[in-house]
Amino acid sequence: MKLLTCPLNGPRNIAEFTYGGEYHPMPDPNITDTRAWAEHVFFHDNAAGVVTEWWCHTASSFWFLAERNTISDEVIRTFEASELFNQRIDFVATNSKEGKL
Amino acid sequence: MPFGLLKYGLSNEYPAKHHFTPSRELKKHYDVVIIGGGGHGAAIAYNLAKYHGITNVAILEKNYLGGGNTARNTAVIRSNYLTESGVKFYSESVKLYNNLSNEFNYNVMMESRGQLTLAHSDAAIRSFRWRAEVNQHLGVRSELIDRQTIAELVPNLNMSEDCRFPIMAGLWHADGATARHDAVAWGYAKGACERGVELHQLTEVEDIQISKGRVTGVKTNRGRIECGAVVQAVAGASSIVAKKAGIPLPIHCYPLQAMVTQPYKPILTPHVSSPQVHVYVHQTSRGEFVIGGGSDPYPLYHTRATLDQRESLSAAALELFPFLAQARMLRQWAGTTDMTPDYSPIMGLSPVENYYLDAGWGTWGFKATPICGVTMAELVATKKVPELIKPFELERFYRFEQINEAGATAASH
Repeated sequence: MKLLTCPLNGPRNIAEFTYGGEYHPMPDPNITDTRAWAEHVFFHDNAAGVVTEWWCHTASSFWFLAERNTISDEVIRTFEASELFNQRIDFVATNSKEGKL
Repeated sequence: MPFGLLKYGLSNEYPAKHHFTPSRELKKHYDVVIIGGGGHGAAIAYNLAKYHGITNVAILEKNYLGGGNTARNTAVIRSNYLTESGVKFYSESVKLYNNLSNEFNYNVMMESRGQLTLAHSDAAIRSFRWRAEVNQHLGVRSELIDRQTIAELVPNLNMSEDCRFPIMAGLWHADGATARHDAVAWGYAKGACERGVELHQLTEVEDIQISKGRVTGVKTNRGRIECGAVVQAVAGASSIVAKKAGIPLPIHCYPLQAMVTQPYKPILTPHVSSPQVHVYVHQTSRGEFVIGGGSDPYPLYHTRATLDQRESLSAAALELFPFLAQARMLRQWAGTTDMTPDYSPIMGLSPVENYYLDAGWGTWGFKATPICGVTMAELVATKKVPELIKPFELERFYRFEQINEAGATAASH
């Protein structure tokens, strides 16, 4: 059994978790053109090495982040999302042409 | 002639013919460099040499011929996909497979044994009916069959109604087949090498040289080479290689595990898969039962085998074939699959001129090998994208025109 340490629930069987994708900051939708937006949505770094990624403890629906080595499958650390998201983001809708499809 | 045989037997030299290029120095320049010596790379080289007269070609393989995902896949050949682009593409591949041994004059052990996908719910029956209609419309043999026909096709299948997921119907694909995966790579590489293509094993591409938006050469662990064009055919390492050319790809690499039992006498003819219990089973011509399923739950570049997957694959396989409870496992392994967001490959032009992509082969790479060789070689030789692979270009993601291939994996849809 492989263990993953949830920042809320402690070490649990990795089968209790759902992988949530690579962490990469969301570009501002108001100033991002369609191409860059497509890259943000579909493209992945898919790095071989240490990556930061989202995980969710399925049973408690708790989302957090992990640093994991994608070659050796070692989890280096797990941490709460508040470490990276420490201020409120307000999205303001604009009619900028570039932001539209 | 018995004398010839006797002479050969008593000879000290054994003039065995080399199938592949013996190791030699890299040339300074090649017209085409193919990165990746698997089935796809070898097929592209073969078609370039045989049908387009382009023989100044090098296949650069960092390990050995056909030692990556060509060796790790479970050798399923089928074309019962769901999208029009997918069905057309894979059915051409099945046609080429049927004639491959003749094409090579080399036995790839092609066996058309059919493929059966099981429905355990009304929803699955509806989607199978849809798939059968699409398939038949495009000339692929694919039909919905009832329980009685299933029991006749696969007498040892657990048809009990007293289990968690009783079998309700099936999608029967008579064109489904299997072949010796190594022989496919060897056949292509042999045919390519006989026509002047150089296969360089233990040759790793470390960097890709680009000048004014155009690829001009590659740097390998054995020195630099100049080239007119580069094709990357490195399933499982596509993101890593494309990154060297500065090309981002919509790929995540997941391990896909499979295992085989000890050999039994032949008792299972078709390939049987169940999207409900996430497993597929077929018996090889050696008698081993191959058991495979869905990808691992998270991305990884390691090809380790896990106990979790062995447990779930075994449980599912026993649900379908209870007699396998007695079987001993011989081996369990993994391959690295390039999963794309829409379960379709990424083939064709790239943002870099003369740099061609053959990537995103997820769990559908082996069955596409022959058609991939034909179409990619045509692209490299003529610089025009063949109709058959136009829908699979990388640019589709920028236009939000994905090809949702829900028939892509036999075990997880």
